[in-house]
Amino acid sequence: MLLKPKTSILQKIYLPDIIIGLWITIKNFFFGKKVTIQYPEERRNYSSRLRGMHYIKTINGVENCTACMLCPTVCPAECIHIVAGERPDKEKYPISFEVDVLRCCFCGMCEEACPKDAIKLSNIYEMSMLKRSVYEKDFLLEQRGHK
Amino acid sequence: MDFIDWIILGIKIGALLIALLSVAPVMSWVERRGSALMQNRLGPNRVGPFGLIQPIADAVKFMFKEDPVPGHVSKFYYVLAPLIAFIPALTTFSVIPFASSIEVMGRVVRFQVADLNVGFLYIFAIAALGIYGVVVAGWASNNKYSLLGSVRSSSQMISYELSMGLSVIGVIMIFSSVNLNDIVRDQGNVLFHLGQFAIPKWGIFVQPLGFLIFLITVFAETNRLPFDLPEGDSEIIAGYHLEYGSMKFAMFMMAEYINMATVSGLLATLYFGGWQMLPGMHTLLESFSLSGSLSGITYEWVRIVFEMFSFVIKVAFFMWFFVWVRWTLPRFRFDQLMGFGWKVMFPLSLVNILLTGIFIKVM
Amino acid sequence: MEISPLFFYLFAGIAIAFSLFVVFSKSPISSAFSLIVVFFCFAAIYALLEAHLIAALQILVYAGAIMVLFIFVIMLLGADKEVLDFKKSSVFLKCSAVLFCGIGVCGFAWVLFHSPILIGTGPHSLEKIKMVGGNTRAISELLFSEYVLPFELTSILLLVGIVGCVVLVKRKSL
Repeated sequence: MLLKPKTSILQKIYLPDIIIGLWITIKNFFFGKKVTIQYPEERRNYSSRLRGMHYIKTINGVENCTACMLCPTVCPAECIHIVAGERPDKEKYPISFEVDVLRCCFCGMCEEACPKDAIKLSNIYEMSMLKRSVYEKDFLLEQRGHK
Repeated sequence: MDFIDWIILGIKIGALLIALLSVAPVMSWVERRGSALMQNRLGPNRVGPFGLIQPIADAVKFMFKEDPVPGHVSKFYYVLAPLIAFIPALTTFSVIPFASSIEVMGRVVRFQVADLNVGFLYIFAIAALGIYGVVVAGWASNNKYSLLGSVRSSSQMISYELSMGLSVIGVIMIFSSVNLNDIVRDQGNVLFHLGQFAIPKWGIFVQPLGFLIFLITVFAETNRLPFDLPEGDSEIIAGYHLEYGSMKFAMFMMAEYINMATVSGLLATLYFGGWQMLPGMHTLLESFSLSGSLSGITYEWVRIVFEMFSFVIKVAFFMWFFVWVRWTLPRFRFDQLMGFGWKVMFPLSLVNILLTGIFIKVM
Repeated sequence: MEISPLFFYLFAGIAIAFSLFVVFSKSPISSAFSLIVVFFCFAAIYALLEAHLIAALQILVYAGAIMVLFIFVIMLLGADKEVLDFKKSSVFLKCSAVLFCGIGVCGFAWVLFHSPILIGTGPHSLEKIKMVGGNTRAISELLFSEYVLPFELTSILLLVGIVGCVVLVKRKSL
């Protein structure tokens, strides 16, 4: 059924409403508060709990990670791949540590699961890359956005 | 017509062409910035101060972009269509006077490219040809959306050109001429005195209803929102210019903006006194001449500059109005458009003719 | 102006070429587009004859409005795919076509032999029209004084046509 809304005679001749509309747009044109952020110069303030780009925390240049495999286990997107190895001092360490960012859903479970406070998510949210987005170990060790 | 006349004509044509061709880039900047500000955004502001160089960047992009011809189109008509849209748009402005005349070295120089007796009938006729650009483009593109766009465009043109022509009849009746120069000159007369102010005989004061009808129909004629059914990006993608890219698309866009400039010039000429000076400028000019700082030929040239300035201000206002309305009103539905054209605009324009007849008889 | 004859032959030549194209073109839509060119050339010839009003009206009404309707119908019906087969047409149709063409040619010949070119200039010379105040004024004064009856009769004929169209296409039950 076609429901016809009740309109007054002023609404039926359109013009007053059109003039009201024009008034609204011109008011916004001159006095409207602009919401655009001038991006590269000006940045939005995000919460410090933002889960952004991954990194592995290091102490004295040695990564905290002991390749315990808790993070690949807990990862729901299965994007962390670790190959474990052994140091001369009999300590376990990751030979390779890869995060496939295309699969990563930034849930932060790895960060929570890590017993050694090694893998962390920083505040960096600009993650465009020129090659395939797999973060390798060297990249992750660079302490970007350390917190 | 001797040699100097030809040179003067050439200068006039050249100046007008340059002005018209620069309308499109400037208007594209105004449109983008204006729409952005109305929607609480900022718009392009990176290239040059306030983004003013943006149109040049756009033009460079249009020129250097690859210009492919899709495989499924009818090639001859596909290439022809932007030209059909573009050339009539360039020629229509030639009968609109942008200032009165001046006598230089025994020659009367008119600030108008062609002083045709048939005046704005010429504009209507050539503008009616411009529609073929849209129709041919839609047909040649061999695409259902494009075809829909051009079918819509042709039916819309038929329905609205009728009311447009009829609404102007009132102006012809009041000023008893179709020559645009005569009409503008007649609008310099005083209609009546309101206390101290003299109300000029501008078309808007003697033809308010006709002005309203004409204003609405030119929106339909130039395919601008709320009548941009042939493009209708949310319904038929981009309508007739869906298959076009780079410079060919730019030609459609430029034709649209130049048509806007022409109808703005026509609106100013028919209803707002054309080159007749804006209120206040006349007294300013008089005070110049009384104080003796201007006389003779210098006075005449300053007068011409004032008139041109008034005309440009009026045209610019209507151009801005086109942009303003576009970002205010939503698009009509197709049946609403047709109903509005035939059941409202057409009878109203007939009523306007009747009222004008009574008005002339009574006055 | 002495360049007029050159332009006349140019536009006349284009008009003839494109009217041949109208007849011989296979696709209806190209025929329609060529017809627009023909109308445009006619308008140009009118303009060369200083009949600016007629030229403007020719473009406005014929090239601008009527041809848009033609093309609208052709595009709407998708008649472009149809290939007409003239071999099937009957003898009666062929004979009547020849007959009507003959009548048309005779009519044109009659007009030509009674035209101002052969019997001298008509009452409305260029100077006289300029004196009255332009084409538009001259034509409208004639239309509303001397030829007011044919003018009104024509408009009634058109009105009858419009009413007839509405009656024909009106839906029975609405």
